Parts: sequence; C-alpha cells; structure tokens
Amino acid sequence: MVSIDGVFGMRIGSIIHGWVDKIHEINKKYEKPRIRMSRGVRIALIFLRLYLILLVLLLGYKFWTLLK
Amino acid sequence: MDLGSTFFYKYQRFIKTLKIYLLIAGPGLIVMLADNDAGGITTYTVTGAKYGYGLIWFLLLLLPVAYIVQEMTVRLGAVTKRGHAEAIFDAFGSFWGWFSFLDLALVNWLTLVTEFIGMTAALAIFGINPLITVVIVSIVMMLMVLQGKYWTWEKIALLFAALNIVYIPAAFLVHPSMSQVLSVGLVPHFPGGFNGTLFFFLMANIGTTIAPWMIFFQQSAVVDKGMKEKDIPWGQIDTLIGSAFTVLVAIFLVVVTGTVLYGSEVESAAQAASVMMTTNPWLGTFIAIGLFNAGFLGAICISLASSWAFGEVFGWAHSLNLKIREAPWFYACYLFALISAGAVVLIPHAPLVLITLFVQVIAVTLLPAALVFLILLLNNEEIMGKYKNTTLQNVASATIVIAIIVLSTLYGITTLFPELLM
Repeated sequence: MVSIDGVFGMRIGSIIHGWVDKIHEINKKYEKPRIRMSRGVRIALIFLRLYLILLVLLLGYKFWTLLK
Repeated sequence: MDLGSTFFYKYQRFIKTLKIYLLIAGPGLIVMLADNDAGGITTYTVTGAKYGYGLIWFLLLLLPVAYIVQEMTVRLGAVTKRGHAEAIFDAFGSFWGWFSFLDLALVNWLTLVTEFIGMTAALAIFGINPLITVVIVSIVMMLMVLQGKYWTWEKIALLFAALNIVYIPAAFLVHPSMSQVLSVGLVPHFPGGFNGTLFFFLMANIGTTIAPWMIFFQQSAVVDKGMKEKDIPWGQIDTLIGSAFTVLVAIFLVVVTGTVLYGSEVESAAQAASVMMTTNPWLGTFIAIGLFNAGFLGAICISLASSWAFGEVFGWAHSLNLKIREAPWFYACYLFALISAGAVVLIPHAPLVLITLFVQVIAVTLLPAALVFLILLLNNEEIMGKYKNTTLQNVASATIVIAIIVLSTLYGITTLFPELLM
C-alpha cells in the first residue's frame, strides 16, 4: 500500500523532473546565439562579464565585512 | 477654401489623429507613469524636502533620457514580436538569457515588495490595516487581468495612471512662488555645492527614471497589444507623451514638498503625507492617495513584466488576451508574485529597509546588461532591418547608456558603502 507521503513525494519528484527537462530544452533551443559575434558585440559582452564579476566581488566584500 | 472650411477640415483631421492615437496609446503612457512608483514618489518627496526647487532642472534633463531608452523597446517589440527576455535568449544564448531572466525575476519581486510597502504605508495614514490593503489590492489586481482582454486591462491601467496627476492640483494647493520655481528650478546649479549627499540624490533620481523592469514591460506590452511596424511612430509619440508626464508629475511633487517641507528631515513619502495631514489635511490626503496609486500602478506593471518574461522563456501561453484556462501558468506567476510580495510586508519586523536598499543594488546588476543588450539588438540589421538605430540614435543612446551605467554603478556602490560619501 502506498502512503500519502509517498504519493506526495512522487508527485513533487515528477514536477522537479519536468522542470529540469524544461530547462534542458530551453538551453538546447538557445544553445547558439543568433546574433553575429562581431568585434563590437564581443567587446560589449566581455565588458559585461568583467562588470558583473566586479559587482559580485563588491557584494562578497560587503557580506564579509558585515559578518566580521 | 474659406477660413471656416479650412478650420473644419483641420479639426476633423485632428479628431481623426487623436482617435488613432487613443487606439495605439497605452504601453508608453503606462510604463512612464508607472515609473513614478512608490520608490519614485519617495525619492521625489525627499528630494523636494532636502533641496527645495533646486533640482527641477535635473528632472527636466531626464525627459530625453527616459524617452530615448524606452523608444528602442517600441521598435524592438514591434519588429521582432518578441518580449525582451525572449529576445535576449534568442540573440545572446542561454547564459545571458538566464542571467537576465533570473536577475529580472529577483529585482521585480523585490521591487514589488517595495510597492506593497508604499501602498500599506499610504493607507495606514487613513487607519486602514495593512492586511486589508494587501488582500483588497491583490483581489483588484487579479480581477484586472482575469477579464481576458489586453485592451480592457490597458484602459483600466490608464485610468489609474491618470490618477498619478493628483500631484498637479496638490502643487496649486500650496501656492508656490512661480518666480522662485522658475528662477531657482530652471537654472542648472548644485544647491549647497557638489558633495556626496547631492551626488546620491542625483543618482537616486536617475535610478527611479530608468529601471530594468520598464524595458521588459514596454517591449512585452507592445507585443501583447499587437503593435506592428507601421504603428512605431504612434508608439514613439505615446512614449514621448509618457516621458513628459512622468517628468511633469515628478516636478509638481518636488514643488509641493519643496514649498511645504523644505529644510525638514523627511525620509519617506508616507512620512511627508502624515506631516502634511496635521497642517493641511487636503494636501496630506492628495499625497497619500498619490503614493498608494503610485504603488498600485507600479505593482500591476512589475508583476505583469515578470509573468510575461516567464511565459516567453518557458514557452507558456502569455497574453492578457487569453483566458485563465488558456494561460494558467501565466496567471499563476502573476498571482504568486502578488501574494508572496504582499505577504512579506505583513511579516512582523520584516527587514523592509534592507529590502529597499537591496532593490537598488540588484537593479544595478541588471540595468547595464539590459541596456547593452538593447543597443546591440537595435544595431543588428538582420533582426531590425530598416528599423535599426541610426548613427544619431546610436550616439544619443550610447552616451546615455554609458552615463547611466557609470552613475548607477556608483549609486549601487554608495548604497553598499555609504561611508564613501562622508
């Protein structure tokens, strides 16, 4: 006999599984950027990555100083 | 043709033009007036109380800034028929897509919390319990989207947007000196000299004028409304009128608080309304109603921006033209955002100030990315065809984007490290 907890767990499991599949599907669909990677686009994207890294470092530093 | 016939012909033409405009108008006006949300109203209130009319000239400068950024979303939406989240996934791949989408979801939800903070604080002035405010607001906002027509939703939203101009009669109630407003307000200067605090205020005003959710909202709204390439000029006019209104409302609010509260220590719009209630109940009521309405308008747009983005990314049906059974996930997202954000405000001793500060910092991570993607997309001939940015548009938008990135980054840093301003 399957318990209520078991049925609930299976239901949650299938929902999570469905979400993971959906994310994989989205990643596959948008695997290749459609925009042509010209020099300008590459520079802009590199700048964005560096900018975000800097912000994450600043947030991390703030968090560390709050904990100290 | 005699004078009467010429006048009649021009009148008929004007009425026809107005009818077309009213048909197309919506996304630009709504997004711009919703831009004066609870956070925006608080910023303008405090700006007026701190600097009087001294920064009105700066608010005027923000008109073209808001227009140039938002106008690009009109063209992008009308040409690609895609929302901004989907456009980023498609053009830049899943890494940037997920980054923008998750960042947007987080910043929108946090901003939604601040809208509920504004709404509950405004109605608390009239003795209304925050629980009642949250429940009634959530029900009204749900009913607004459940009628299954984008057009109806838009007209109701426009009605609430029109309430935003409550600050214009409020300004006349305080009898400001017009000569003072013009001589102090329109002459560019830095009241009290350029210092850290003034810099923080300038950046806060920029931050409230351009927000990431606005880019996502307007583009999705243009798509949901079904605007086509031929409608772009009307969308541009709509955005221009909206930009003018948003700045006008901000200026009138600064005039109100600059006249009544200049020199006093005010920290929020709700506090300003409470103070005014004791001296001029009509004025206090106007400010409180304006704050509530600003939070309400901001909340309906922000929660919709998130729901549209979820629908675009996950491929769910996502249109206000669909019934609840046709787009269940779209409406579920909308409802979840509302209920969860409203619930946070009701938690006793919730860190609401911290949440408000956090919104500013997280928005800084998303805004530069959203703006850079916007310019890159608008320069892609394959995507935009003849509607791509011209050289002049690129010069203007690149200048604005660079300035916004630098200033919003400094704003985020000074929010994190306020000691840098000392």
